[in-house]
Amino acid sequence: MPDRVNDHPILGDTTRKETVNITVDGQKIEAKKGEMIAAALFANGIRINRYTIKREEPRGIFCGIGQCTDCAMTVNGKPNVRTCVTPVEEGMVVKTQYGVGEREKNDD
Amino acid sequence: MIKREAVVIGAGPAGLSAAIEAAKRDADVLLIDESLKAGGQLFKQIHKFFGSSAHRSGIRGIDIGKELLEEAKKYGVEIWLNCVATGLFKEKKIAVEKSLDNQNKTAEIIKAEKIVIATGASENAIAFEGWTLPGVMGAGAAQTMANIHNVLPGEKILMIGSGNVGLIVSYQLLQAGAEVVGVLEAAPEIGGYGVHAAKIVRAGVPIHTSTTIVEARGDEKNGVKEAVVCDVDDCWQPIKGQEKIYEVDTITIAAGLKPLMELARMHGCRCDFIPQLGGWLPLHDKNMETTYPGIYVAGDSAGVEEANTALEEGRLAGVAIAESLGYIHSNKASSIKNEIWNRVDGLRLGPFGESRLEAKEKIIKTFQ
Repeated sequence: MPDRVNDHPILGDTTRKETVNITVDGQKIEAKKGEMIAAALFANGIRINRYTIKREEPRGIFCGIGQCTDCAMTVNGKPNVRTCVTPVEEGMVVKTQYGVGEREKNDD
Repeated sequence: MIKREAVVIGAGPAGLSAAIEAAKRDADVLLIDESLKAGGQLFKQIHKFFGSSAHRSGIRGIDIGKELLEEAKKYGVEIWLNCVATGLFKEKKIAVEKSLDNQNKTAEIIKAEKIVIATGASENAIAFEGWTLPGVMGAGAAQTMANIHNVLPGEKILMIGSGNVGLIVSYQLLQAGAEVVGVLEAAPEIGGYGVHAAKIVRAGVPIHTSTTIVEARGDEKNGVKEAVVCDVDDCWQPIKGQEKIYEVDTITIAAGLKPLMELARMHGCRCDFIPQLGGWLPLHDKNMETTYPGIYVAGDSAGVEEANTALEEGRLAGVAIAESLGYIHSNKASSIKNEIWNRVDGLRLGPFGESRLEAKEKIIKTFQ
């Protein structure tokens, strides 16, 4: 399982202390404050973000900088959120997206 | 609609230096970037830069990034983050979309007297059986995960491509604690600098030339588990029956970059296909000005090179803008631009730089 890098030969101590809790498909996971959703998922061993609409194939991080949209998920009821460029927030509810996703009613 | 004297699109090395050079000569500059932080790709470049002392060699990209941000602040560059330039419309109007995906987005139109397009480049993908499986990603994505987010993108990684990006990112993945099982190169020779190749070979990572990936295998629940690789013949075709399997969880692709030139094309700036510089790009003169007066281009979006060249091209655009707005006398501007051009020429030397120099000279000649 991919891990966090806490001690780096160039960057030094990269430990992030402050944490927030988010929910991914009903499962509670710990994320580091300010990090991108996709990074938190990776650190928790989750690397499938969505399934495609026609062939229902899994997709994960591909470009990591918001260009390709392969990492889109449903966040707090809003689909098509690029998780590689969207930071986590306390209590955030993240769901695997199927196809183009569906906007949930509680979306503000 | 709001108005600005100069708007720079993209806050990487080219955009930041363009903004700084124009703002330090009193131009009113707005710099916009889609990310949460300015700096472009500089903050993932934890290696020391190349070149002579005039090019700040030996300094890490992350440190150059910090200096640029301080300078931009010092000279009063206005910076809008989380802002994507979604369009460039006639007579230099920029459409901007603001806010993150999970927030309510708003739109703004900015009318600019001068525009610098410094949007950078995007990674090329290569398609093979299974290339969409989670675990197959751009080398830049792996670099972002390791160096910016400090999360390992995988434990056992196979790198495809031995250009400088493939070589440097392989080394940085080792530094972050991953295992790189090898680097594949379809060409008969290593693509990047010998010094970068030597570093990873010394660290025990083999580089296989005349070899390509033919398939990524895995399953729908876990993504990549294996990479099938194969030797290629003189015509770059896989030699059947010579397949080899690597047990890896991640495959990273470093197959070059192409300029992000959509905005220039949208505005009707003349573009051409220049293979030595990554493909389609807007043509520009010695001031980095495109065929549309007042629209400039700098950095990878003007042809893929490296960060040092992007910094210098940005400076050229910034000085040229200050000059055309009347903030600096043309004699003074000429001498500053000549100094910059001397440094740029110095970056386009040697077996790797010569073809880029030739291509750039040809581009500039089309204006004369």
